[in-house]
This record gives sequence, C-alpha cells and structure tokens, in this order.
Amino acid sequence: MARVSFTPHLRRFFDLPDVCELEAATVADLVRGLDGRWPGLGFYITDEQGRLRQHVAVWVDGTQVEDEERLGDALTADSVVHILQALSGG
Amino acid sequence: MATTNDRILIGTRKGLIEAHKANGAWVLQGPALQGQPIAYAMRDERDGSLWASIDHGHWGVKLSRSKGDDGTFEEVAAPKYPEDTEKTAKYYWVLQGGHAERPGTFYVGTEPGGLFTTTDDGSSWELNRPLWDLCVEHKWMGGGRDGAGIHSIVVDPRDGDHIYIGVSCAGVCETKDGGATWAYANKGLRMDYAPPDQQDMEYGFDPHFLALAPSDPDVLWQANHCGVYRSKDGCATWDEVSDKPYVYFGFPVAVDPSNADRAWIVPMHSDGNRTTFDGRLFLMTTEDAGATWTEQSAGLPQSGAWDFPYRHSLDIAPDGRTLAFGTTSGNVYISEDAGASWSVLSNNLPLIYSLRFA
Repeated sequence: MARVSFTPHLRRFFDLPDVCELEAATVADLVRGLDGRWPGLGFYITDEQGRLRQHVAVWVDGTQVEDEERLGDALTADSVVHILQALSGG
Repeated sequence: MATTNDRILIGTRKGLIEAHKANGAWVLQGPALQGQPIAYAMRDERDGSLWASIDHGHWGVKLSRSKGDDGTFEEVAAPKYPEDTEKTAKYYWVLQGGHAERPGTFYVGTEPGGLFTTTDDGSSWELNRPLWDLCVEHKWMGGGRDGAGIHSIVVDPRDGDHIYIGVSCAGVCETKDGGATWAYANKGLRMDYAPPDQQDMEYGFDPHFLALAPSDPDVLWQANHCGVYRSKDGCATWDEVSDKPYVYFGFPVAVDPSNADRAWIVPMHSDGNRTTFDGRLFLMTTEDAGATWTEQSAGLPQSGAWDFPYRHSLDIAPDGRTLAFGTTSGNVYISEDAGASWSVLSNNLPLIYSLRFA
C-alpha cells in the first residue's frame, strides 16, 4: 500500500493523519481513494477535470508527478507519496 | 432579515472582516476565514446566511457559508464545470441570492464565463447551458481576468425568471424565462477597444458593473469600460451619461435604493492608467439621472492616494444615506450623509475584493 503524507496546510480543511496508507495503482486512483475517505479532498488536489492544480505538488518516490493532466503515474505497493503546496502559489 | 444600515461584510485578501455600528460607533470584527482570500462575501437577506467565495492560491476556488451568527463557516458544494466543457472554475466572481419567493435558489457567476444555479440551497449546482453555449459560440473574451467572467447578477424583484447578468467581456445578457433562453442587451453601448469594423456588434462589450434601481426596476446603471450608462427601459437601450474626465472610467456604481435618478461612481484616471486622478480619492454623484454630476471628496485623501475600489467594493445601505467603499490598499471609508462627507473606518486591512452591506 502506498504511504501518503500531506502538507500541514491541508489539515486546516481536513482532519488528516500524519501518514495514511492506501491501495492505488496510479496517482489518480490515489486521489479518488483519498476523496472517498475525506470527501472534498480530491477537489483541493485536482480540478473538476482531474488535472493537478497548478500550485499543488505531488511527489512519488522522490520524483514530482509527470502526468499533471491525468495523474497516470504508476504507484507500487511500497510507494511513498507526498502531497504538498507548490511555492509558486504564493 | 433584510439588509441593514449598520453591518458590512468586507472580503479581503486575508479573510472576511465585519464592520458593525454599535452605540453610534463603527467597530471592526474578525477576520472569519482568516488568511483565506475572499473574492466575494454577502449576506442572503432571505435567511440571513453569509456566503463567501474563496480563492485559495493553491487549492482552487471554494464556497463557504455561515448559517448562524457565531462566525462559523462551513464549506458547501462547489460549482464545477461538467467534463464535456473541459473547463475549470477559475474564480467565483459574484454570488447572488435568487428571488425573494424562491428560497434555496442561488447563483454564482464565474470565470471562465459560466453561470451556476442551485435550487437546493447549495447542495448541488448546475451550469446554465444556454448561456454557456453563447459563451462558447461567441468566444467571449476576458476582461480584467484571463477568461470571460460573470461579475454581475441582477434578479428583477418583480419576477424571479427575469435576470440580467454582466459579463466581461460580452456585455449584458438577459433572460425572461429563468435561464432557458438568453438575449444580449447592449444597444447604445460602445467598445472603443475593438477594431473599427467590429464595433457594431451585439456582444463583446465590457460592463464593469451592473446595478438595478430597486425603486424602479426598469432602471439599471452600469460602469462600463467605455463610459457610464443608464437604461430606463430594462436594458432594451442604454444612454451614455458620461461626463469626462471624471465620469467615464471606473468600476463600481451604487444606486440610491429609493431614487433611480441618483447614483455614485468612483472615478479612475483611464483604461491605460488605472489610478486615481492626481492621487485624489473622490466620488462623483448625480441626482438627475446622470445629466449633471457633482464631486464628493470631503474627508477623503486629496493627495498621495493611489488606491481605488474594485467593482464589488462600493455599496449603499437601504437608508440611501450610508455608503462605504474599500480599496486595493485596504482602506475603508464610510459616509452617513449620502457621500457629502466621509470618515475612515480602517487604513490597515488587506487588499479588499468586496464590500457589501449585510
């Protein structure tokens, strides 16, 4: 299961743990899974078309996601994912 | 639940500030939603709830609502563009309650040009398709923002199916059947920024703000990119009431609730130079439907003031005498004598996006 951690800024809006574990094949699956656990969280990470928001950064195993349009980047059972705010957002 | 003369909601870049008049003095409270950019905040006078549109730098646009007086806001469902549009809601620019006899109906004007409606008090939202089709077909362009945007929503107090919207840039659109069909209502307006052979169009105009006169709902005023206009026939035609240099370019307009001939604007220098005139902050007002205009500056800074109010940051209270505006530098000014004199409510707020009596 992928291990996911979040920027503390998201904890202002959702009651998130330090780390959560989720089964997901891709980052898009992961976002859907997160939205299932914390309804509305997905819309903070992506827009209504499933595109990564411009000023959100998702890191998978030390690399920023490449497919910002569909979040098709694959996850492994041991992936470590960080969902952060990009500093470009101010 | 009606809007009062002694409560103001101020949407700032760093939260929602309230101003209250108590024991004869105005005091500031808040911020609610601290640290969050409030694009627009208003009170729905039908049920007293407060609505705020939030423009997070990172997390996108959201809607929040407070149903009590304890200042607690809860996020409500967000208007989202359907998949086939391939669009993203960039900005919830204006919020507007529906007709008094339609509780639960509420509208949101957005960039990139869509109007969203809820009829279940914000539980779900629907993009108005006929209007969106016009936006796509006629390639509405941005004005003040990258994409086209709806910044004004005006519901006819006599008929909840009769709604005007102001779009930058398309102009005024009108529906008489609750949004099933729309027509442009821009006769008499100009668009000097368009090529000479493209100015005789039904759309493409840039109304900066649209305001209806409650005492005569067939009268509407608009501050436009190319002058100040008034309509006396429900937007069938527009009459220019500009008086250069001061009554021409600006964003907000306020109309006396009990006198359709009386209005206020805040002059800006020009399209190309969006500052005050000579560092002077002042209003222009008319009492004769725009035939003549008078300057009002007592109590406002007359040198070194380069800030100005955005389109949603000037408002008039139901009494027709209390006016307030907030500026890009976080100054708030209030008048309790119909603009004859002004005093400072604050010089220290963050940038102000909206100011509305509540």
